[in-house]
Amino acid sequence: MKQFEALTRKKDNQAARYLIVDDSVFARKSLAKMVESFGGQVAGEAGDGCTAITEYARTNPDIVLMDITMPQMEGIEAVERIVQEHPDARIVMVSSVGYQENILAALQKGARHFVQKPVKPDALYEIIRYVLNDDGVASPVHAGGERDR
Amino acid sequence: MRMDLIQPFIGSLDAVLAEMMKTAPRIVDLTMEEEGYRRKGLAASVSFKGEIQGRVILDMDPQAATQVASYLAGEEVDSAQPMVREAVCELANMVIGNAVTQLNDRGFQFKVFPPEVLTEEQCAAAGQDSEATILCFETPSGNVYLDISMQYHRRRSRERSTVAV
Repeated sequence: MKQFEALTRKKDNQAARYLIVDDSVFARKSLAKMVESFGGQVAGEAGDGCTAITEYARTNPDIVLMDITMPQMEGIEAVERIVQEHPDARIVMVSSVGYQENILAALQKGARHFVQKPVKPDALYEIIRYVLNDDGVASPVHAGGERDR
Repeated sequence: MRMDLIQPFIGSLDAVLAEMMKTAPRIVDLTMEEEGYRRKGLAASVSFKGEIQGRVILDMDPQAATQVASYLAGEEVDSAQPMVREAVCELANMVIGNAVTQLNDRGFQFKVFPPEVLTEEQCAAAGQDSEATILCFETPSGNVYLDISMQYHRRRSRERSTVAV
């Protein structure tokens, strides 16, 4: 997989930590590979919204990648619960179902951005860079584009 | 079944497979079925409910499923691994999710449920309740089938308002 310029936390220049939430093992694996190619670290994984809430509290990640359609508790409800407890949570919705009502509901509950599956690494990289910089918590090590290793 | 409701599923499968297999699939057959669906390879189903309700079965020849699994995993996957079934589920999720998004943008509202792997018996049972359109796509790694069964749950208000009294 193509490697990108590492995205790190501004506060300590360490690798950004991610929580990946998706009921598909494949989707989690694929997203984990992308995250690693962005220089990030997978802090935790969850297969449903309930587990995502407990994993967020346990791992305190810099970014959450959250699916919408999941068993037990869907992603939008999980976003609401996480943001209620952690108003600074940075959550990016990653779903194949990308219609306006869903996107709007997720944003209203506190999600920062939305990306539709199948995920293109370049698009996700730009979104994460934007979201990490949104509140000045983190930024790329160097300004500029991606690099090949 | 209205073709304008089926078209988003065709377009979505075409786009997703083209991305994953690096070649555009070709429709080689279209049939209508009123009896149970006979699974050809590895199958997953996604249901949706709302103004339109129904379900779509994505059924893949094992070699095609393995190619998609390898793409999603980012490494070679053995065809015997259970993760190949999981890959079919994730592909179904993507294809149907993208199609439903297009239909929603046209004003149809519904909720999508998580994908399920289908056994041969579940496949047959899933196709017994309504008429289905079955599309066969040819890819270099084998055939991919879409079995689409949809019905109006209630008439759309916009259409109701245009009915002459």
